[in-house]
Amino acid sequence: MAESVYAKLVGARLRGQMSYRASFLMQCLAQAVNQLAELAIILVLFNRVSALGGFSVSEVVLMYAIAGTAFGIADLVAGQLDELPTYIRTGTFDVLLLRPLSTLAQMMASDLHLRKVGRIAAGVGALVYALGHNDIAWSVSTAGLVVLAPISGAVIFSAIWVAANAVCFWVVDGQELANTVTYGSNAFTSYPATVFGPWLRRFFAFVVPGAFVAYYPALALLDRPDPLGGPALLGWISPLVAVAAAVLAGLVWRTAVRHYRGTGS
Amino acid sequence: MRAYAFLALAGFRRYSTYRQAMVAGMATNVAFGLLRLAVLVAAVTQGAIAGYDVAATATYVWLGQGLMAVVVLWGDKHLSDRVRSGDVVVDLYRPWHLQLALFAEDVGRACYAVAVRFAPPVAFGALLFPFRWPSIGTLPAFAVSVALAVAVSFGLRFLLNATTFWLLDNRGVQALYTALTWLLCGLAVPLAFFPEWALPIVWSTPFAAMLQAPIDVFLERGSPWPLLAGQAFWAVAVVAAGHLVLSRAVRKVVVQGG
Amino acid sequence: MIEVRDLRREFTVTTKVGRFRREKRVVRAVDAVAFDVAAGEAVGYVGPNGAGKSTTIKMLTGILVPTSGHVRVCGVEPSRGRRELARRIGVVFGQRSQLWWDLPLRDSFELLRAIYRVPAGDYRSRLRECVELLELGPFLDTPVRQLSLGQRMRGEVTASLLHGPELLVLDEPTIGLDLESKERLREFLADLNANRGTTLLLTTHDLDDIERLCPRLVVIDRGTVLADGALEELRAEVAPERVLVIDLEKPSGELAGLPGVTSSRVELNGLRHHLTFRRADTTAAALISAVATRAEVHDLVVVEPEIDDVVRRLYARR
Repeated sequence: MAESVYAKLVGARLRGQMSYRASFLMQCLAQAVNQLAELAIILVLFNRVSALGGFSVSEVVLMYAIAGTAFGIADLVAGQLDELPTYIRTGTFDVLLLRPLSTLAQMMASDLHLRKVGRIAAGVGALVYALGHNDIAWSVSTAGLVVLAPISGAVIFSAIWVAANAVCFWVVDGQELANTVTYGSNAFTSYPATVFGPWLRRFFAFVVPGAFVAYYPALALLDRPDPLGGPALLGWISPLVAVAAAVLAGLVWRTAVRHYRGTGS
Repeated sequence: MRAYAFLALAGFRRYSTYRQAMVAGMATNVAFGLLRLAVLVAAVTQGAIAGYDVAATATYVWLGQGLMAVVVLWGDKHLSDRVRSGDVVVDLYRPWHLQLALFAEDVGRACYAVAVRFAPPVAFGALLFPFRWPSIGTLPAFAVSVALAVAVSFGLRFLLNATTFWLLDNRGVQALYTALTWLLCGLAVPLAFFPEWALPIVWSTPFAAMLQAPIDVFLERGSPWPLLAGQAFWAVAVVAAGHLVLSRAVRKVVVQGG
Repeated sequence: MIEVRDLRREFTVTTKVGRFRREKRVVRAVDAVAFDVAAGEAVGYVGPNGAGKSTTIKMLTGILVPTSGHVRVCGVEPSRGRRELARRIGVVFGQRSQLWWDLPLRDSFELLRAIYRVPAGDYRSRLRECVELLELGPFLDTPVRQLSLGQRMRGEVTASLLHGPELLVLDEPTIGLDLESKERLREFLADLNANRGTTLLLTTHDLDDIERLCPRLVVIDRGTVLADGALEELRAEVAPERVLVIDLEKPSGELAGLPGVTSSRVELNGLRHHLTFRRADTTAAALISAVATRAEVHDLVVVEPEIDDVVRRLYARR
C-alpha cells in the first residue's frame, strides 16, 4: 500500500524530532504563542475601535480562527516546501527523483514538523471560542461548513504553498517571493477582505484564492450579505475552490519538475 | 580596534553579495507593509488612536518594515551552530573578545541593512503615502536610537545563542523568543494601542527598545531623552549579561563531538 | 543493460557582462555520446571535472531529460519511466545522501524497504548479506549524522542494493574515504559484480577504483567520448612503453645497444638500470636474456604505465 509508505516516512521524521523533548515542547509552545499573538493584536485593535471593515470583534475573530486553523494544517502538511531551495542546492532533490514515488508527496512527507500542531491547537481553540460568541443559525449545513471550511482552507493554503514554491525551480532566490504569497495570504485571510484596498484584494482574494479560506465561509456562517456585493453562494463553494486550487498546484508542480529535469527548456 | 573595524567591513560585504535575494526581499517587505497598513488604516480612519492618525500610522508601518531587518527581530543561529558543531573552540581561542567581534560583524551587517533594507520601504512609503517627517533636529536622536536598538537586539541574540552552551538544542528557546518579540516590540501594532493597564508591562521589556522606541523618537512622541535612556539601559544590561554568560561558558566549554 | 546513442544535453548559461547586462549562451555538456553496457559488465566512466560525467549519469537515471538522443536503461527510457526504472537500478552518490540524517541506519533501511516495496524475505536476506560483508553490525543502530564518512558510504551502498537492482550506478563512491574504507568498498563491489552479476557503472577520480573494479573504461572529455575499451587495450594503444627495471650484481655503465630499448637511465652508481621499451618491438623476456648475456642480474621488475598516465595521454592526444 502506497499510503503506508508515506505514513512510515512521516513516522520516521517524528521520531527524529522527539529526540530533544524539552526543546520540542518549547517549539510547540512558540507556535501557539505565534498564533495567539495574532489574536492578541486583533483584540488590541478592537480595544480602540468597535468595528473593522464593517465587522465586529467576534466576527473578525471567527475569520481569524478559521484562517489560523487552516494555515496551521497547511503549514504542517506543506510547510516543508520552504526547504525546496536547500533541496535543490544540495542535490537532495535528485535523490527524491531516484525513488519510485512522487516528488511532491516525498517533499511533503520529508520533514513534517510536529511542533506545528501547537499552532493548529491554538487555532482550533480560537475557533471554538468564536463559534460560541457569534450568533450562528445552527443547522446541518452550517455545522458541515464549520468542519469543511478549515479543511478546504488548508487545501487552498497548501496549493498556494506548492505553486508559489515551485518558482524556486526557475529562480534560485525565489523563496522570499514565495513567502510573500504564502505568509502574505495568511496575513490577508485573518481579516475581513473589506479592510484591504482594491488591488490587494484582487490579488490575495482571487488570484490567490485567499478570500475562500475564511472570509466567504465566515459570511455564510454568520448569514451576512457580502458588503462587497458577492453572491451568498460564495460562502459554500470553498471545497470546490480547494479542489480546483489543488489540481492547478499539481499541474504547476509537474511543469516545474519537468523544467528542472530539462524538458521543454 | 583595527581588527574589529575589518570585521565590521567583512560583515557589510558578506551581506552585499546576495543581490537577487535583496530585490526579492524588498518586494516581500513592501507587500507585507501594504497588508499591515491596510488593517491599521481601517482602524485609524474612524478617528486617531492614541495620537496615531493616518499619516503617523503610515510612517509607523514603513519605519517598522524598514527597521526590522536592520535591528533583526528574530533569533539568528550563527553562533549556536558553531557551538553545536564544536567550531566555537576556534573562536574562543582567537586573540579577540568573541562578543565584541560578533558585535563588530553585526554592526557591519546593520549598516548594510540600513542602505538596502531600511531605505527602500521608507522611501516607498514616504513617496506614496502620507508621511510624517520629524524636524531636522530629531534625526540625530533617531540615528542614536536605531544604533541602541541594534545593540539591544544583538545583546539579546547573543544571550540566546549562548544558551547553546548549556542546552544541546536551543531551537525551542529561539522560537519562543521570536514569537514574543513579534508581539511585544511594536511591529504588529503600535504599543500605544495596548490598553492602559498593559502599557507599563509592554514598555518594561527590552523588546520595546528594539523597535517602538526608535519609531517613537522619529514620530516625536514626547521627549526623546527618556526613550534613549531606556534603550541605553537595556543595551548595557544585555551586553553586560552576555559578557558574564560568555565567561561562564568559556569555563565550561563542552565541545560537542569535536 | 545500458544503450546510449547520440546523446546530447544542452544548458543555457547566463553570464553577467558588466554591471547589468546578461548574456545567454548555450553550453553543450554532453555531445553525441554513445556507448553500450552489457549485463554483468563493470564499466568505469572517467573524465576531468566538468567533462559531462554527472550530466550523463543524471540522464541515465532519469533525473535529467536529454536534449536529444536515445537512452535505454534496463529497456526503459529513463526520462519517461523514471519510477519504473527507480525500482530496477540502484544509485549511489558519493556527495549526497539518500539516508535520513537523524535516524539510525536500520530505520533508513526499513523506510527504503517500504518505499521500494521489497518483499520481507528478500529484504532480510539482502540486508543480512550486506551487514556481513560491509561489517555494518556495530553501527546499525547509530543515527546517520554520527557515522564517519566511511561508515556512511557503506550504509549508502547497502541502501541502494536493498531492492536488488540489476544495475548499480556509482557517482564518485570513494571520494573522501580513507585507504582502508576505499579498499573494503572496492572488494565488496568487485564481489557484487563477479558473484551476483550486478552490472556496475562508476564515475570516479580515483583511477585505482578503475584498476581494481573495471575491466572496461569509457573516457569522456568536454562532453564527447575520447576512448572506449578494455583498460589493457587502451594502455597498449596510448602508452605502449613499459619499463624494465634491472638491479645488477656489479655496477656497470649504461647498457647501450640493447635491441628494442628506446631509452635508458642509470641509478645507484650503475647498479640499477631503467630500460624503456615498446611492447611491439620486443618482449620483456627477450630483453632480460639480452641483459643477462652482458651482466649478472640480481633482481628485476616490469613496470606498466600508470593508469593516470594512460588517461593523461588520452587527453593530451586530442
